[in-house]
Amino acid sequence: MQKIGVFVCHCGSNIAATVDVKKVVEMAAKEQGVFHAEDYPYMCSEAGQSRIAAAVKEKGLTGIVVCSCSPRMHEATFRKAAERAGINPYMVEIANIREHCSWIHKDMTEATEKAVILMRAAVAKVHLNAPLMAGESRVTKRALVIGGGIAGIQTAIDIADAGYKVDIVEKTPSIGGRMSQLDKTFPTLDCSACILTPKMVEAASHENITIHTWSEVEKVSGFVGNFTVDIRKKARYVNMDKCTGCGVCQEKCPSKKPLNEFNRGLNTRTAIYTPFAQAIPNVPVIDANSCIKLKTGKCGICEKFCQVGAIDYTQKDEIITEQYGAIVVATGFDTIKLDKYGEYAYNESKDVITSLELERIMNAAGPTKGHLERLSDGKAPKEIVFIQCVGSRCSDDRGKPYCSKICCMYTAKHAMLIRDKYPDTNVTVFYIDVRTPGKNFDEFYRRAVEDYGVHYIKGQVGKVMPQADGSLLVQGVDLLDNKQILKKADMVVLATAIEPNPDVRKIATMLTASIDTNNFLTEAHPKLRPVESPTAGVFLSGVCQGPKDIPETVAQAGAAAVKVIGLLAKDKLKTNPCTAKSDELLCNGCSQCANVCPYGAITYEEKLINDHGIRRTSRVAVVNGALCQGCGACTVTCPSGAMDLQGFSNRQILAEVDAICR
Amino acid sequence: MSKQSELIKEISGVNPLKCMKCGKCSASCPSFNEMDIKPHQFVSYVQNEDIEALTQSKSLWKCLSCFACVERCPRGVKPGKLIDAARQVLIRQRGQEGLTANEIPALLDDETPQQLLMSAFRKYRR
Amino acid sequence: MPVNNENWKPTIVAFCCNWCSYAGADLAGSSRLAYPADVKIIKVPCSCRVNPMFILRAFEKGADGVILCGCHPGDCHYSTGNYYARRRMTLLFSMLDYLGIEEGRTRVEWVSAAEGVKFSETMNSFVEKVRTLGPSVRLGDLRCKN
Repeated sequence: MQKIGVFVCHCGSNIAATVDVKKVVEMAAKEQGVFHAEDYPYMCSEAGQSRIAAAVKEKGLTGIVVCSCSPRMHEATFRKAAERAGINPYMVEIANIREHCSWIHKDMTEATEKAVILMRAAVAKVHLNAPLMAGESRVTKRALVIGGGIAGIQTAIDIADAGYKVDIVEKTPSIGGRMSQLDKTFPTLDCSACILTPKMVEAASHENITIHTWSEVEKVSGFVGNFTVDIRKKARYVNMDKCTGCGVCQEKCPSKKPLNEFNRGLNTRTAIYTPFAQAIPNVPVIDANSCIKLKTGKCGICEKFCQVGAIDYTQKDEIITEQYGAIVVATGFDTIKLDKYGEYAYNESKDVITSLELERIMNAAGPTKGHLERLSDGKAPKEIVFIQCVGSRCSDDRGKPYCSKICCMYTAKHAMLIRDKYPDTNVTVFYIDVRTPGKNFDEFYRRAVEDYGVHYIKGQVGKVMPQADGSLLVQGVDLLDNKQILKKADMVVLATAIEPNPDVRKIATMLTASIDTNNFLTEAHPKLRPVESPTAGVFLSGVCQGPKDIPETVAQAGAAAVKVIGLLAKDKLKTNPCTAKSDELLCNGCSQCANVCPYGAITYEEKLINDHGIRRTSRVAVVNGALCQGCGACTVTCPSGAMDLQGFSNRQILAEVDAICR
Repeated sequence: MSKQSELIKEISGVNPLKCMKCGKCSASCPSFNEMDIKPHQFVSYVQNEDIEALTQSKSLWKCLSCFACVERCPRGVKPGKLIDAARQVLIRQRGQEGLTANEIPALLDDETPQQLLMSAFRKYRR
Repeated sequence: MPVNNENWKPTIVAFCCNWCSYAGADLAGSSRLAYPADVKIIKVPCSCRVNPMFILRAFEKGADGVILCGCHPGDCHYSTGNYYARRRMTLLFSMLDYLGIEEGRTRVEWVSAAEGVKFSETMNSFVEKVRTLGPSVRLGDLRCKN
């Protein structure tokens, strides 16, 4: 028989305004086994916790129910408080009367009634709680970073600087990511490559960092501290140890058709290529889809010209398996497809481009060698129209409901750079709102307007019409003037919405990390745990978590690194004691539980069983507590009812059901 | 609360609060220059319950019902449907004086778009 | 059995998995997205922890509706738990329907941790449905009644 204490939190007025806490206390006191019931304005406070300790001491309580906020907030707090008071932390149950009650109901009678029922369910459960001991598991002191953009690079460097080994897995031939495609960066107009390449070099030369480019994560198993990851190293057809990066192969390659991904498909590259001059590693890859030798067996020119014999057409994909203690997701973003936005004529006209394409056009290493020119006829544009929020802030299925956050600033940057370099070019920006929260951001935007004469129009563009003379007719509206505008332009730049890298869904599934409806990875808490995934041991860095600019990405990358370091610094982790347990007397060794276990935690042993005095040898299931993650799939599968989940036992859940339906 | 504005919202199925005032409707509208109240203003007129002004406006009859604004609105506000609904409210007010086919030839002039007449006839015939 | 009594309140048991749906319910709470107080949530580690026995027991003890919420397919924290739950519930619910527990009294819904709105909407529509069906009497244990 448990002696239970019920503690009802007011949470200031968060709970007390809609739930009659005194009534809950009064009803709790009437429950069987409840020896103590009280309320307090803030149970989670130091004073609140010491009241729990005092009551445990005074009344000899063996179980505790706290009626408060969600267990996801303070279950750990109250478990620690219980432990300090001398009772097992798993003898604590939380009745969630804030998120699941006071915050969503308005009527006090109704909310109080529900709070009482939730309290009763928790009390009923605690009656059946048993003390549980957390086990321990080892921590592999090595981290994996998925994605080699600025987020991944920064996270890796920070972890490596703390003395831990880090691997970066990058699916393209080089690290660098989106930032390496940018020309300048706002709000200081630094050259993007100039500030990125030193970081790339630092990562590549760091003794603790191993970089796997042209590689993808294939399979993830295990759990926090002990992940096992299969990495597919795609065939590069170039021996990385021999290649000197001289580049002769790329000059000689006769296959010049494939679109250059790095330049957003605006020009072509050779079949053997490095994406850009400062690529790290500076070792080309052969694109098997366009290599003449790999497709037809005839060519071999690169092999002929390679002086060090680095070309190897026989290479195959290779799978390596590594152990990691922590995994950081830094998979970044891409721009959305514009197929559904027919009105902007993006697919019809070469002179309607996305901002990322403009970035490549403005870049000295880009398809136009940095000269601002129209892709259709190579002429310098004299009239450029920028359209904001293309696909952002859309509640329909054409775009994304969120604000992409970076577009206002990069458009101001583009406009400013163009006006600076080509003063006779007019720049018009159609905007809905100009959003510039950030240090020196609004000043930057104002400079574009005041010092560079960029023409900002509050309103949207309804249609872009390519004309016979090659120009573009833009029909928009000036809402402040209440006039429709027809404007001839030479180039239209679309501030295209960004979306998480399409691969992220696959990776999230492998990591069992949750993902939201927009494919952004979910953080463990939107305010207080912004760089952790709800899945222990998985951390988030950069745009995979939500739209971010470079400074924010770098800050978050550092934060993720700190969390990883904090994890890797531990030698052992406490494991979740809420694991499955098999009753030897009931188990008939049918193997059904092992079939559904996603962790391979169940094995079978021949055991001598003493069944009420009758001794027999029987094949029974044994759960490895270190591997079991406590999902409970086996408990439902078990036909004989032998398998149960500690902390969420059949009897406990049935008691909750009974209390609710009473 | 204005009963008429509620009626317009009901008929059109539009929630004007969804509007983020981007102006894409007015940017897309082929009859923009003919209108005294512009498509994007329709939304705020309904929101502000200024229905009298709406039903008196020229715009009501200048809208082609081409639904470019409905198609392109990024927030699913559908200004064109609001205009349609306002028209319907007005028609109902006038006591069901719908159109008959015989009346149409007399209504034809150079300025009124054919499409408007057709759309009106479809909706408001007796 | 529809009832005319407007004061009748259904008893609804909602099983929510710890990783997605319970967090989604928390988000509905912190976003103040109301749903009827008739819904009482029981936290389970994963939707696959829900034994058909729990649902039968709920109806036996007088529940008028039972809803099971888990992570979206492919997003299960334990990789595959929600698939097991889905299969089990498909079988159980068709059996319950045969026993006279109407289809509308049971539901499986996928709610992610980011879908506070969906959680609230789901609960509102589910309670509405159960209200139209009225009290559930088929499986009720008469000995439990006062």
